[in-house]
Amino acid sequence: MDIILQELPQQLVNGLTLGGIYALIAIGYSMVYGVLSMLNFAHGEVYMIGGFTGWWVLHYFSTQNVPFMHASLVITVTILVVMLCCGMLGILIERVAYRPLRGAPRMNLLLSALGVSIFLQNLVLTLQGAKVKVFHISHLIPESVRTFEIGGVVFSFMRLLVIAISFGMMLILSYVIKQTRAGKAMRATAQDIEAAEFMGIDVDRIVMLVFFVGSALGGAAGILVSLLFTQVDYYVGFQAGLKGFTAAVLGGIGNIKGAMLGGILLGLTEALAVSVFPSAYKDVVAFTILIIVLIFRPWGLVGEKLPEKV
Amino acid sequence: MTKHQIPNTKYQTLNTSHPLIELINVDIFYGSMQVLFSISLRVFQGELICLLGGNASGKSSTLKTILGICKPSKGRVLLNGQDTGKLKTRDVISKGVSIVPENRRIFPHMTVLENLEMGAYLRNDREEIRKDMENIFDLFPILRERSLKQGITLSGGEQQMLAMGRALLSRPSLLLMDEPSMGLSPRLVDQQFEIIQKVNSMGTAVLMVEQNASMALSIADRGYVLQTGSVVIEGNAEELINDPMMQEAYLGGGDGDV
Ligand SMILES: Nc1ncnc2c1ncn2[C@@H]1O[C@H](COP(=O)(O)OP(=O)(O)OP(=O)(O)O)[C@@H](O)[C@H]1O
Ligand SMILES: [Mg+2]
Repeated sequence: MDIILQELPQQLVNGLTLGGIYALIAIGYSMVYGVLSMLNFAHGEVYMIGGFTGWWVLHYFSTQNVPFMHASLVITVTILVVMLCCGMLGILIERVAYRPLRGAPRMNLLLSALGVSIFLQNLVLTLQGAKVKVFHISHLIPESVRTFEIGGVVFSFMRLLVIAISFGMMLILSYVIKQTRAGKAMRATAQDIEAAEFMGIDVDRIVMLVFFVGSALGGAAGILVSLLFTQVDYYVGFQAGLKGFTAAVLGGIGNIKGAMLGGILLGLTEALAVSVFPSAYKDVVAFTILIIVLIFRPWGLVGEKLPEKV
Repeated sequence: MTKHQIPNTKYQTLNTSHPLIELINVDIFYGSMQVLFSISLRVFQGELICLLGGNASGKSSTLKTILGICKPSKGRVLLNGQDTGKLKTRDVISKGVSIVPENRRIFPHMTVLENLEMGAYLRNDREEIRKDMENIFDLFPILRERSLKQGITLSGGEQQMLAMGRALLSRPSLLLMDEPSMGLSPRLVDQQFEIIQKVNSMGTAVLMVEQNASMALSIADRGYVLQTGSVVIEGNAEELINDPMMQEAYLGGGDGDV
């Protein structure tokens, strides 16, 4: 018990790191589900491609003769470029694989999403090979700041950075959704797509926006994790997608706040479970939670219990 | 079925200008299923027109055609004399058409205020929107009281008012109403019809879909009757009320329901 308490601050940081990442992925699942009532199984691959895109951006910075930039600027630019690319990829996926099937049975959309997922994974495998891509970023973050100690507890700088960025993004998104015209149009479209059209909202554009934002956040999660573990593989999308999906269901699929909450809770639970059980059980936790939620509270923690999605 | 036409002289001679909206021999399909068969219909400025007909006769589809959501495979839709064939729904709405949909369709998890804002989605004259919102709150005081409540928490009557306020916030010159009396108590129906008349008397043309034929005709100028996607009767309200075919098919049985 003492050991557990001693490790608590660190496990909390680990939990919030994982939680922030899961939440970013879950948001994309939930936003897309909100407007199209479909599970975008390609979302995990967008996350993976976020990692690879980030690798290439950093590679460009380190090999081309880019004028000296401060490390924080390099990381910021990398994340922004990744988000832009993944956002565009999301729009492309919707346009090519989902829009032609609008109005078709949901199973068709699901199969199309699986197809996109397999295609993207194999595309990256073909282009990048099966070998892990390692991030050489030691020059960006000097040894001296990589960890620091407060009151006998060692914190990892990268983890705190991931927490700050992911929670910052969630705050910005919450504001946009709540207050801006586009955010309100997104909510209206998610709640009643036909009524939104009656208001003159261009729902095709809103669906594009949803895919852009969701995929950009998924890509951001991908590069953040890659920076944290300094590597990315072509197959990481599947696992990440499942975790994000679990978090989205836990919070209440279709609900953006729920996705954030579900992600954070899932991350914390996993981190705390690791300090009690052997770490091999980490993934079991997520799926146990998924199954329990699906059985007892399929509408999630904060999702609305609607008889039928209108 | 032979078309039973009652000549309508009043409005056609009164209005020398274009009708606000005019459907000319419109055919509408959903996929391969045809739901409207050569529909012709016109609404002039300031008129209150009702569109009657039984279940699945194509009333809602007619409204969706006016909004540009359904596109005719044959025939034309003219809005102020301009063909809407290439217009998007949002263009039709900015040109002065709005709808109170069947079942109200307010946004359940947005506040009353946000629902109203959605009605003004295509406008950007902030000050004027604020004034219009005040007017809506004067027209429906209960909405002011509930302005920060979620749509889903409103009663049926309040939701109907919200849907109406939301539609008015786009400043329509033509207001489409799809079964405004549905699911309301008789007292609320009376209130709803009074408000429709009031809005109409302030200059907004209304095209109202109703199953409650006698109620609708009692406030309408003219009416059209749809049957399996075709207009089978049209004419002035008084003439429709006294029309033998109407009496038998739509006004008989005492309660006026179809
Ligand atoms: N989106 C759609 N896709 C396919 N068929 C549709 C669609 N909307 C309506 N229909 C069909 O078109 C026909 C006319 O429907 P519409 O909703 O216009 O009738 P209505 O007169 O409004 O009926 P109600 O009184 O039930 O509201 C019906 O047979 C309906 O099933
Ligand atoms: Mg209808």
